[in-house]
Amino acid sequence: MFAAENGLKGDPRLQAISDAIRVIPHFPKPGIMFQDITTLLLNHKVFKDTVDIFVDRYKDMDISVVAGIEARGFMFGPSIALAIGAKFVPLRKPGKLPGDVISEAYELEYGKDCLEMHIDAVQRGERAVVIDDLVATGGTLSAAIKLLESMEAEVVECACVIGLPEAKGRQSRLNGKPLYILVEPREFEGYC
Amino acid sequence: MDIIGQAFTPHRAQLSGAKTVPETYKRYFHRGISVKTIELPNSTSTTTTARRAEHTNLAAAAGGERDQLTSFEVHMASSTTDAADDRIPRIASTIRVIQDFPKPGIQFQDITTLLLDPRAFKDAIDLFVERYKDQNINVVAGIEARGFIFGPPIALAMGAKFVPMRKPKKLPGEVISEEYSLEYGTDKMEMHVGAVQSGERALVVDDLIATGGTLSAAIRLLERVGVHVVECACVIELPELKGRDRLGDKPLFVLIS
Repeated sequence: MFAAENGLKGDPRLQAISDAIRVIPHFPKPGIMFQDITTLLLNHKVFKDTVDIFVDRYKDMDISVVAGIEARGFMFGPSIALAIGAKFVPLRKPGKLPGDVISEAYELEYGKDCLEMHIDAVQRGERAVVIDDLVATGGTLSAAIKLLESMEAEVVECACVIGLPEAKGRQSRLNGKPLYILVEPREFEGYC
Repeated sequence: MDIIGQAFTPHRAQLSGAKTVPETYKRYFHRGISVKTIELPNSTSTTTTARRAEHTNLAAAAGGERDQLTSFEVHMASSTTDAADDRIPRIASTIRVIQDFPKPGIQFQDITTLLLDPRAFKDAIDLFVERYKDQNINVVAGIEARGFIFGPPIALAMGAKFVPMRKPKKLPGEVISEEYSLEYGTDKMEMHVGAVQSGERALVVDDLIATGGTLSAAIRLLERVGVHVVECACVIELPELKGRDRLGDKPLFVLIS
């Protein structure tokens, strides 16, 4: 669900967040209009507002785990975790986490990839949110949900700054878990 | 500046001064992890520096721990330390050492267990923010990927921008790159053009400094566009790898050495 339809209608912070995102055409390959959040991170007020919106949403929901997806989920997740007093759990590409891990494979457009989590990161019954910068097909988020659920944590919601149109209405791809998104992708408005 | 900060600022005169001071080491076991305390003879307070755990056994939080923990706590309570001294041993005790990762012989310092302790994670961030908040820092540059975990909270707390320093081909816009050497071969670090401006004051953040290769590449990238790198900040230093020397004249601040 989009934030604007879910309590934040007309919130000026959302427009500022959208405006702070830069579109890079044809990255990583032709036809893809890449939503670049690094420009958002350069704007302290907008970055803070982004984190605050997620914190305000989750601070009274008894969340003890914020899981962030490598690598851009790492840029948002820890600040949210710190503000709500939750642990931060990095979900990483294969071979990066040094301890005992569980893995979940997921589909890419061409081929497969894999997401890993330390087995002792979460306990049974913990309530978790999963954070990433952007959701497209939901493949990575689905894998993240499976990892957390396999350790019997409860995934309360997935949250992303940007949600591509394919994510709308695709609840089944997210294993029935709600998806909270701040903004839609920006259009490319020409080179500046 | 607190004592811990002074102990780790590599100004040459201060370093040689520190070496001539006789030090008494006491070893405490906190949750099965060895923590050293340095007592400086002429100070009324105890400076606590946490040493990296040589062996981690989280399962050894057994009977013996209570007595050992008590002696640890009594020691801290009887000192006139400021709050920073209590926070650092606790942060150090949350870091897990994984043997033979990524290859045999390497003892990997795993900070993910620190991130599972909200109080310790918050304390780590607070220690950096306290040090830098009055130093007019405009930019926090974080090195992929664990620098992305510590950098943004520091940047947000200080009103600074966060700039990710990334492996090749990850940043989508126009970049500048800097090559650096690995044990075998080289790698490249990239930063977006326009992320920083000449004259800005920056910190470079990563979880750990080993040889200093990535940190010095980050410093070079920032300096090439006229940024003043004020300091490098890491949670952990591996001093035997002499990364500090590779940073040249740039100071390094670490919580745990």
